[in-house]
Amino acid sequence: MSDRMSYKALIARFHSLLALLLMVLAFGILAEGFFSWDNLWTVMRQISVNTCVSVGMTLVILTGGIDLSVGSILALSGAIMAGLLKHGTELESLNLYVGYGVPAAIMIGFLVGGSLGLFNGIMVTRFRVPPFIATLAMLTIARGLTKLYTGGEAITGLGETFVSIGSGRLLGIPSQVWIAAGIIVAAMILLRKTRFGRYVYAVGGNEEAARFSGLPVKRVKRTAYIISGTLAAVGGMIVTSRLNSATPIAGEGLELDSIAAVVIGGTSLSGGRGSVLGTVLGALIIGVLNSGLVIMGVDPFWQQVIKGFVILLAVVVDKLHSRE
Amino acid sequence: MSTTEHTEIVLAAKGVIKSFGGVKALDGACLEVHAGTVNAVMGENGAGKSTLMKVLAGVYQDYHGQILLDGRPVAFAGPKQAQDNGVAMIHQELNLIPWLNVAENVFLGREPLNSLGLIDFKAMYGSARELLARLDLPVDPRTNVHELRVGQQQVVEIAKALASNARVIIMDEPTSAISGREVEVLFDLIRALTREGVAVVYISHKMDEVFRIADRITVMRDGRTVGSELCTNLDSDDVVRMMVGRDIRSFFAQTEEACGAEVFRVENMCLPHPDRPADFLVKDINFSVGRGEVLGLFGLMGAGRSELFEAIFGLHAKTASGRVFLEDRELRIASPVDAIGAGLALVPEDRKRQGLVMGMSVAANATLASLERVERFGLLRNRLERALACDYIDRLAVKTASYRQPVQYLSGGNQQKVVIAKWLATTPKVLLLDEPTRGVDVNAKSQIYGLIRDLARTGLAIVMISSELPEIMTVANRIVVLSEGRQTAEFTRSQASEEAILKAALPRSLSNAESNKASGGLQL
Repeated sequence: MSDRMSYKALIARFHSLLALLLMVLAFGILAEGFFSWDNLWTVMRQISVNTCVSVGMTLVILTGGIDLSVGSILALSGAIMAGLLKHGTELESLNLYVGYGVPAAIMIGFLVGGSLGLFNGIMVTRFRVPPFIATLAMLTIARGLTKLYTGGEAITGLGETFVSIGSGRLLGIPSQVWIAAGIIVAAMILLRKTRFGRYVYAVGGNEEAARFSGLPVKRVKRTAYIISGTLAAVGGMIVTSRLNSATPIAGEGLELDSIAAVVIGGTSLSGGRGSVLGTVLGALIIGVLNSGLVIMGVDPFWQQVIKGFVILLAVVVDKLHSRE
Repeated sequence: MSTTEHTEIVLAAKGVIKSFGGVKALDGACLEVHAGTVNAVMGENGAGKSTLMKVLAGVYQDYHGQILLDGRPVAFAGPKQAQDNGVAMIHQELNLIPWLNVAENVFLGREPLNSLGLIDFKAMYGSARELLARLDLPVDPRTNVHELRVGQQQVVEIAKALASNARVIIMDEPTSAISGREVEVLFDLIRALTREGVAVVYISHKMDEVFRIADRITVMRDGRTVGSELCTNLDSDDVVRMMVGRDIRSFFAQTEEACGAEVFRVENMCLPHPDRPADFLVKDINFSVGRGEVLGLFGLMGAGRSELFEAIFGLHAKTASGRVFLEDRELRIASPVDAIGAGLALVPEDRKRQGLVMGMSVAANATLASLERVERFGLLRNRLERALACDYIDRLAVKTASYRQPVQYLSGGNQQKVVIAKWLATTPKVLLLDEPTRGVDVNAKSQIYGLIRDLARTGLAIVMISSELPEIMTVANRIVVLSEGRQTAEFTRSQASEEAILKAALPRSLSNAESNKASGGLQL
């Protein structure tokens, strides 16, 4: 949709693309083994989770909100998928045992993610809790629930079918990359080609004008949180199947990586401006940076410092440009 | 008014050029500001008035040309340095911090300190009280600014300027948010300031005001200064001619139209005050409007005009009461969605805040309320959207480089047309217009008047709020007057006189003498 892709957005996108290419080139020279198929797929695998989650985050941030609970929701829904697959449900009073197939376990995991997102959305729209606070609370709540559900232990040994989601390949490409790609395409269509997408930009750009125009402002916001929660659950599925294990600490700090990807991708934290494609570039930049620094053997503590500066740099460049 | 022949020039701009990303907003602008006088700057929106003021006030530093203060060239590094040199600007959107009190706002950034380096509150409140007394504002300096009316906040801004010993005060459309008595208070204040030798730069679109208050008028067009004259040597036709570069005598052409059967009726519309349950913002309003009719609603600030529209449009569904009929069927409106579905459209007063998503394109704004019309199988079609948007862009003669242009780059008049286009695209039966020409230039104004008449001719029922008497008497077939939330009079166009309307609009608490003063005041 060319309408929204203003000249500035193009420049901003061009910037991150240029940055990505430069980084790839630099690591190609500096880090031995960076240019290899193996490493390409490793990077793609690693970023697929962050990409899924960041797409949802992009939607929420475009409406002018934020979702800090994605990491915890990822952990809880992953744990529930794992728990259902491994142990099923025992209804002691009825002396009944229910086992779950892979699709059922996954669907329930998604439902859990979506419901927690809905809960966030209701807090934000009905009770007017600031998004930062509402989702900060959910970050704690969902993490606590995960630890309760798992008893603080990892749930492992989840069966071949489920594990194949994370480690399988289709046409030589890892299945999780397919999943991420599918989500990216779907989100791009949703944002550019549907009424809902347009409303997301309008609500984030000027909520009051959106209300005066008769747009369902609250429903748009709620839906964004539901999508974010559900995509966090998709991330949970990928992580859990790749590791063949659900750990109670999965996805800790993911909200920060995800916000970083969105911001590096040029999406404005005040809402109304940004794109999924930008976020994908942001996630790629973070992924390439991680991988390159690891291969070069940079001290992991320094890696964090460098990552922080990259985030700052991205925003500063963006600001300098939008000021012109 | 003081004479200006031999006054000294305190601040001057010479050949100022300022560009925004390749577009020249100022292209050789000049201005002379005389001490102890009111220097009006006029020009259409986009003529470069505000940009020039921001250059003078130190907001922009990357310009070419010369600024002279007391005859010496200066280059302010920022607004603070301009203030320190005695040049203060009061922006159209006031820059006060709502949760700080009056004194804290007045001395923001220049708080008096005691020997410990802490704020000396005693000195601060003392000086603030003095300043407020000088400006005749009977308000305690400890009052939080958000509790003041807009007119009072403006006086606080002036106090802030005086606290920095301003010798030049730039006022950007100071009367755009106030009306009636508050304008009088402001004018008295401006006259008092000039007597003390302060130079006032006064930007306004309102011709009558400028001729009442200004000593000298400078007209700008397309980033250049067209001319500068003493008020006494000019009349309003001269100024209009200078502003638009051509003669527009048919400015206020009147036409009498026959109106059709009733389309829309409002009965007993009430809206309680949100904080004082016994009080009403809108109380027992009844009116009806017919096919092809333009009903004018006139009221001063605080008359409940916008609140009435909001109540009708379902924006206060929980508190408002009253009945609304469209073509004799009662409507149930619990939200703007219901109102739009029923065939109502509301062009709100504040187009930046309520009308437009500034970062979105002209097309996206124009189709925002009717996206279902450009949707096929759940997906938006670019071709249909472009067609719908361009249809209205053409019909309303919106001046824009492209339908993809973000609306923020359009002039006020063209932005307003985009808002109107958005609502026409919903094919409404009733159009509610709230101050449709606020902040737009003369040329766009007459275009919007023509547009309203054309729309009425197509059978649309139109209700228009206005606080400008000449406007409402030109455009409306019938006029209902509101005062303090109540309906106080109704006139047909032939019955209406400016004096009668204004008398009905003044709050009842005002004495007769004051009402005479105010009606004389609004020179019409």
